[in-house]
Amino acid sequence: MSILSALHRPAVLLGLAAACLGAPAWAEGGVATGSRLPAYQAECAACHIAYPPGLLGAKSWQQIMGGLSKHFGADASLDAASTKAIGAWLAGHAGTGRRFSELPPGNRITKSAWFVRQHDEVSASVYKRTAVGSASNCAACHPRAADGNFDEHDVRIPK
Amino acid sequence: MPLLFFYAARPFQRSALRCCRAASLALATWCAVLPAQALTAADQLASYAAASGQPPQNARGQEFFNTKHGHEWTCASCHTANPAIEGKHASTGKVIRPMAPAANPDRFTDAAKTEKWFRRNCNDVVGRECTSAEKADVLVWLLTFKN
Repeated sequence: MSILSALHRPAVLLGLAAACLGAPAWAEGGVATGSRLPAYQAECAACHIAYPPGLLGAKSWQQIMGGLSKHFGADASLDAASTKAIGAWLAGHAGTGRRFSELPPGNRITKSAWFVRQHDEVSASVYKRTAVGSASNCAACHPRAADGNFDEHDVRIPK
Repeated sequence: MPLLFFYAARPFQRSALRCCRAASLALATWCAVLPAQALTAADQLASYAAASGQPPQNARGQEFFNTKHGHEWTCASCHTANPAIEGKHASTGKVIRPMAPAANPDRFTDAAKTEKWFRRNCNDVVGRECTSAEKADVLVWLLTFKN
């Protein structure tokens, strides 16, 4: 099939249009929530927002799930069955591509090169504000972060 | 005619029987599940107290809750010294609903969940798992809060 005839197929055209309109989900801010694994939502969102799985690569998630008893300074250990199920789901929904080929220091989303680039206009003092606390508190500035929506137009930085 | 009635009634009898079987199965399942669903904070207190072999003391529970145990955090670091009000996660800032069952009836109604959080939080606060006596003391203190 030639390229031209391929372009006449509606599905291909639709796919191309979608690819052109929608930059990578994370870059656009609109990380698709999809249908989240209920256990992931229940267990992980007990302490922080359920970070969209596409914000880290599979290797990072694997390391995080392998060290839950020492999870960023707290014991977040789970029973073996839940650890396995959540780990498998994260691996299947992890971010892929070049930007995830290098592991961010400490497997921190906020230390990822793309994250730092996207937030380079935010000064360090903003993160220290009481209502923010740290860069990992996405919802402080992204009101719909818990739904996986990081649309730049919705950003409201607390004073 | 009686014969006809007998045959006509059979399908009904069969379906009624199936219905009965289904109902008794459902009832049996419900009864089997009921104890887990109906678990209360008082039930969990009773089992921790029984395991510890000593009567729980709310003053000891309060002190345990509000004291550092050689590490950075106390229980109150996240849950506040008043467990009848909302707390805040010391590192993520996430709001934590009140610990006292009077202020939050969902607390201590699921034994596995209770054990999961005692295990994690005692490791963070005390550096080891808590004993049954410590759990019973904290729980009996939390139960002193009334609406």
